[in-house]
Amino acid sequence: MTYEERLQHVSVLGAAGKMGSGILLLTAVEMADLSLKAVNQGKTFVLNAIDVSDEALAGVMRYLKAQILKIAEKKIVTLRHIYSGRRDLIDNDEIIAQYIFDVMNVVRPTTRLEASYDSNMIFEAIKEDAALKIKIFSEINTKNSKQPWFFTNTSSIPITVLDEGAGIGGRIIGFHFYNPPAVQKLVEVIRSKHTLQEVYEFALAYARSLRKVVVPAHDIAGFIGNGHFMRDILHAASEAEKLTKEISFVEAVYAINKISQDYLVRPMGIFQLIDYVGVDVCSFIMFVMNPYTKDEEIRSSLLDKLMEMGVKGGQYSDGSQKDGILKYEKGKVVAVFDPDKNEYIAISLFQAKVDEKLGAMPAPPAWKTVVGNKAKDDILKPYFGQLKSAASLGAGLARDYAKKSKEIGKHLVSSGVAFNDADVNTVLLTGFFHAYGPINEYLD
Amino acid sequence: MKKLRRKVYMVAGYNTISMGSGRKEFHPKKERPGLEDYIKEAGQGTLKMIGGAQNVDECVIGNFMASRFNRQANLAAFFPYIDEGLRYKPAIRVEGACGTGGLALMSGIKSILAETAEVVLAIGFEVQNTVKAIYCADFLAPAGWAPNRKDGHAYFFPGQFSERAGAYFEKFGRETTRKAFARWYRNAIENARLCPTAQEYHNTTKDLEAAAMVEPNANVFLENLTALDCSKVSDGASAIAIMSEEGLKRCGIPVSGAVEVVGYGQVEEDITKPPIDKTALTTMQKAIENALEFAGITINQVATAEIHDCFTVAGIMAVEALGLAAHGKGPGYVIAGNTARDGKFPINTTGGLVGWGHPTGGTGVHMAVTLWEQLKGKAGAAQIKIPADRPYGLMANMGGDDKTLVSIVFKT
Repeated sequence: MTYEERLQHVSVLGAAGKMGSGILLLTAVEMADLSLKAVNQGKTFVLNAIDVSDEALAGVMRYLKAQILKIAEKKIVTLRHIYSGRRDLIDNDEIIAQYIFDVMNVVRPTTRLEASYDSNMIFEAIKEDAALKIKIFSEINTKNSKQPWFFTNTSSIPITVLDEGAGIGGRIIGFHFYNPPAVQKLVEVIRSKHTLQEVYEFALAYARSLRKVVVPAHDIAGFIGNGHFMRDILHAASEAEKLTKEISFVEAVYAINKISQDYLVRPMGIFQLIDYVGVDVCSFIMFVMNPYTKDEEIRSSLLDKLMEMGVKGGQYSDGSQKDGILKYEKGKVVAVFDPDKNEYIAISLFQAKVDEKLGAMPAPPAWKTVVGNKAKDDILKPYFGQLKSAASLGAGLARDYAKKSKEIGKHLVSSGVAFNDADVNTVLLTGFFHAYGPINEYLD
Repeated sequence: MKKLRRKVYMVAGYNTISMGSGRKEFHPKKERPGLEDYIKEAGQGTLKMIGGAQNVDECVIGNFMASRFNRQANLAAFFPYIDEGLRYKPAIRVEGACGTGGLALMSGIKSILAETAEVVLAIGFEVQNTVKAIYCADFLAPAGWAPNRKDGHAYFFPGQFSERAGAYFEKFGRETTRKAFARWYRNAIENARLCPTAQEYHNTTKDLEAAAMVEPNANVFLENLTALDCSKVSDGASAIAIMSEEGLKRCGIPVSGAVEVVGYGQVEEDITKPPIDKTALTTMQKAIENALEFAGITINQVATAEIHDCFTVAGIMAVEALGLAAHGKGPGYVIAGNTARDGKFPINTTGGLVGWGHPTGGTGVHMAVTLWEQLKGKAGAAQIKIPADRPYGLMANMGGDDKTLVSIVFKT
């Protein structure tokens, strides 16, 4: 089966979810682009968008339309060539409208899993639940006579567990997009012990066609992205905990969030990132990873407690941030959740006091001015140089944080999750928009 | 040299801001003034300087494509909205793509010559930021021949001038020509920085020529031009009063406050035909020659020109059309700094289309306003010196790909 034949009949499971809808969009565009090639005229391309909720599927169709419009506007120069034979389409807006139709026309929204029984390949982006994934994979595998390939978006479950559990004989690969898939350039590709070479090769070709940056990871729970992120969370939680000996919980959260954003020159503070991904999602990823991490407890009592209290974070359907550990107004952090009082405490009440406690710090460069800056070494080296010798509490916390991040990165390589240091850095740079990789020599 | 049957003057020019990307106050997603606001501001600006609406006999409004940008036609009926005093007065709307403003001026000049009016209020405008640039390209494409649209570039007009640039590169060398584009861009922005209504007034780029030398990318835009080679999408209006001596008297304006129209060239070329020579603006040259001949002067007597640089390449070719440099020598002339504000022959002293902005239907009127300001010492920080032995200013406004041309010579 050629690349194009493989993509003639595809299903996305969990298509209405945050990740699934992005995968659906990218795949629909790829399939429609193939269908518009002269050699493929007359061939039908079918992409089932499968999810449990009709309502959510209606929402995802609206999302698709809006996103395809943006994509079409961006590639109008190419589209005019593609539709040059359609003499009835003259203005750009006519061509764009036709393209939106042609992409949407590939997609079949449905709540029925049966639709996937005819598919050559299945993208899976459902809940991070190994048992559920295994159940669905084996069901499809039994009922689908086409020996379909499974592309799972799991960010934490070992692929071999799914492969062997569902008995799909290596017709599976981890193809882990970053959120949101339509924007993020990074894809982690993870092979199970049995993944067929042709599946792997297809995955690379597909990623190339989507213009994604591929980082291969070994099949160890959490892979590189979450392998770093979850341990980063644990470090942050433990540092905050330590600080509560001297200051209150909300003050400590504010302090560590500030350290991890401003003084580590990251796009978001760690607690904001947890909210962005979702307290529930982070907690669940830890739950999934923990059984596979020997000699290491990947579990946060803080996240567990917040979950119990219903503090979840995540985003509204329009992409705006829900309140989680932190409270947001127009995207800005304004308060911190206090589990003891079960309410948010405004940062303005304690900000000055905590800033004073953190003490004098070298002025950090803004993340925006560093990320994507070719000469960022010239900015970061002197900054970290100053940080190295600064005596304040804040500077110490920032140094420890950066060192821990590096240690986590090194550990991912030494424990065989990542192939090398560069891959770890690529994941953090590309998937997390960090301005620099965690494995660096700035503080040595 | 021809003699007009009576003297025609222009006075009381007014420009709104040229709004669009580049201006600090511009946000594509926020609500902005509508076309009626621009028309009103410009119209009232001029009326205020000529003693009010009661002094106006006729009105003319130039606009290219409000029917698509703003879903609005019947534009002459906006005059009474500017001022109730214009109610029941004769008014017309004219259209000639980006040459519309020039046609509005010609219409006013002819009313004065025909003695149907002593005072004509002329306005030109376009409000284009109602759509993204990609759809703007659709709306502006009818400036060319419609059957050519289908096989044209997504950005139709930029595509046409990219082809012209390609032809020019091939014939006269790419490197020098691109350097001239970059110098043209630098001049445009440096001039715009001196004019508070210019779209590029807030531009802070340090090395303008380096920015303009970035290689074009045909995959996303054009083969031979970058975005900096193009005039921007603009919202704006300009107004000016066209008067006889009688009209000036009526408005209490001394002759010395107005510029005199001493010649014009109004020329049309066949829209269904491709350019005779892609490396030259042949029709523009004809219009300029006619205007100079009409005025009985040579280009050496002209102090400054406002010319239609919808693209940097058009600017270079216009230098040749003006007769300032021989065919193929325009780039060298521009690179040497001759067209800069301190050069031998300053061109587009408030930024032109690339720097000031290009509200398509308003551009021709804007040119006349700028020349009135320069020749009368009213250009503020953008003022250049007008030598006593070169008391003339010339404009050349172009519609489509060298199709509808208006060139006017003014005397201080």
